[in-house]
Amino acid sequence: MSNETKQILTTDGIPLEISLKKAERKNKIKAFLLVAPLLLFLIITYIFPIGEMFTRSIDDKMITNMLPKTFKSMETWDGKELPSEEVFASFLSDFKILVDKKEHGKLAQRLNKEKNGFNTITKKLFRQVKRNKIDETQSIKEQIMKVHKRWRNVEYWQAIKRTAPPYTSAKYLKAMDMYLNEDNKITQVSEDRRIHRILWLRTVEVAFFVTVFCFLMGYPIAHLLATLPMKYSNLLMICVLLPFWTSLLVRTASWMILLQQQGVVNDFFVIIGLVSDDNRPEMMYNKVGTYVAMTQILLPFMVLPLYSVMKTISPSLMRAGKSLGGTPFVAFWKVYFPLTIPGIGAGCLLVFILAIGYYITPALVGGASGTLISNQIAYHMKTTLDWSFASAMGLMLLGGVLVIYWLYNKLVGVDNIKLG
Amino acid sequence: MALPKYTETRYRIWHYFYIAICTFVFIFLIAPLFVIFPLSFNAEEFLVFSEGMKNLDPDAFSLRWYKDMVYGTKNPWGLAAKNSFIIAIFATLGSVILGTVAALGLSSRHMPFKGIIMATLISPMIVPLIISGVAIFFFMAKAGLAATHTGIVLAHIILGTPFVVITVTATLSGFDHSVTRAAASLGSNPVNTFMKVTLPLILPGVISGGLFAFVTSFDEVVVVLFLAGLENTTIPVQMWTGLREQLSPTILAVATCLIVLSTLILISAELLRRRSERLRGINR
Repeated sequence: MSNETKQILTTDGIPLEISLKKAERKNKIKAFLLVAPLLLFLIITYIFPIGEMFTRSIDDKMITNMLPKTFKSMETWDGKELPSEEVFASFLSDFKILVDKKEHGKLAQRLNKEKNGFNTITKKLFRQVKRNKIDETQSIKEQIMKVHKRWRNVEYWQAIKRTAPPYTSAKYLKAMDMYLNEDNKITQVSEDRRIHRILWLRTVEVAFFVTVFCFLMGYPIAHLLATLPMKYSNLLMICVLLPFWTSLLVRTASWMILLQQQGVVNDFFVIIGLVSDDNRPEMMYNKVGTYVAMTQILLPFMVLPLYSVMKTISPSLMRAGKSLGGTPFVAFWKVYFPLTIPGIGAGCLLVFILAIGYYITPALVGGASGTLISNQIAYHMKTTLDWSFASAMGLMLLGGVLVIYWLYNKLVGVDNIKLG
Repeated sequence: MALPKYTETRYRIWHYFYIAICTFVFIFLIAPLFVIFPLSFNAEEFLVFSEGMKNLDPDAFSLRWYKDMVYGTKNPWGLAAKNSFIIAIFATLGSVILGTVAALGLSSRHMPFKGIIMATLISPMIVPLIISGVAIFFFMAKAGLAATHTGIVLAHIILGTPFVVITVTATLSGFDHSVTRAAASLGSNPVNTFMKVTLPLILPGVISGGLFAFVTSFDEVVVVLFLAGLENTTIPVQMWTGLREQLSPTILAVATCLIVLSTLILISAELLRRRSERLRGINR
């Protein structure tokens, strides 16, 4: 009670503390309401669909929904010998429903992926069912087993049982060139069919080297831009900003012209005598083209953060280093370089993140040996229409990027991204 | 960058080496853009410098490919340009409105969960485009917006807002909030205060964010490739198909026009940046 008497009251008679809290809450709600439209929009159109990619990538409900009774009766089956009469009977009744819905083809297709040979025997069973050849008063097991010898093979029934769970990790394993074998063990695909792992490695390799090249080329010019007097640096800055604002496809097109066999770069090599005229090197449709074009395209993203950091370093620091007896190299290495590390971190991570998801340039100048994982994702989205596989690969790539993004946030902070 | 007279020889050599490297990098950055110019005036059909062009023979140059770009039969560029501009303008408007309002909220010091919300709003910029493309395609297909202008505009709003949010929050970080309080104490309502006081001060940031959003939309091809039908083709999509199938000099004519456009955008962005710095300078 004594506490309350000490409290300061506002003119409305409400304690000041409560009144302030109320105002604070009101301000919070106000601020949040301003962000809400964009946040909601992004959650619905962007964040949710990314989540949907995940459910799609592990979804394997198709057969689970097609053969509900079969899987129910299979629960008690040990999977070692042929299942009981009950399993056969429920399989037949599920199958009849599928035939009525004309979905038995889909079933055959999906089962065939699990084990080769299902196509034929499902078709045979379909014909028997269609002609009403199967007498339900007699043993269904015996009759189905007579349809084709493979129905007598326990391996096929095991394959059906393997498709029972509604979720699967198969797409993720496939992206790593692995699969689950008959005993549910993770196995590698045969060596001549391992294509995805090469692509992952190549993607990381290209992103890494492009980052290194961008750093090696970007650091000197960022330094020059930051130390030159304003009127010169503004002029040279155009060389960085104009490519930055120019369409990606325009820049890719110009590299295609420059790097072709009769192109300007090769002409130049011939003139200075580096290569002979009839032996012009192939610089496009391989990794060289990918590296050169991607480095030029991503270089501004390295230079701009480096420049904005270097701009803040006072030139007197270098002078102080030198006057204290350091050679220019020592002064640079011990004083200047450590101060630019935040910029290096920002630039490198930005370039790496952009490079790892690159699609257009590698597809145009990369040829077969220059394609990256993004090209594979696009291929499965548009050509094979295996969307769940594309989703799985996309999410694996996203996982990698998020780790880097998290690192970036730790080291530099997202709000420190500077544009232009 | 003249060196003092007392510089030792090895540092002199190092200095010239450094200048040489920088010159090389600048040429590497800018030269590809200049190759396109002369070749787009080529009178022949090949994408190499002909003997006539090397000798500066006037007959080797022509406006043939520009004519083809504008008047050419069954030529997609007109439709593509129209679509590109319509989509980019609406996407920019959407991004600017949503992004600016969100940035106002974000830069309030009362904003709860600032970190995570900022990360979410910026995520379309960080997530690789191909993944954004897949996700947005799934949404648009479900919403029945695939192969429509609306769908592409919405997709580009998603991709464009992070730029607006970043530039406007950066502008607001140097913003003196006492001016809005002064407006409020003089009896102005929040909307009026925003329109009359805040907006004019942050306008350079808003416009430069809008420029980023415009360029993002105008240049975007990955997501459009997933979403677009024949009717919604845009300039980048046409260039992509053209570059994949066969390099025709018409593409170079289009590319030259795009370079001119980007030069204009660069100049306006640069002017805006300076103006914004000046405006913020007054506040300090």
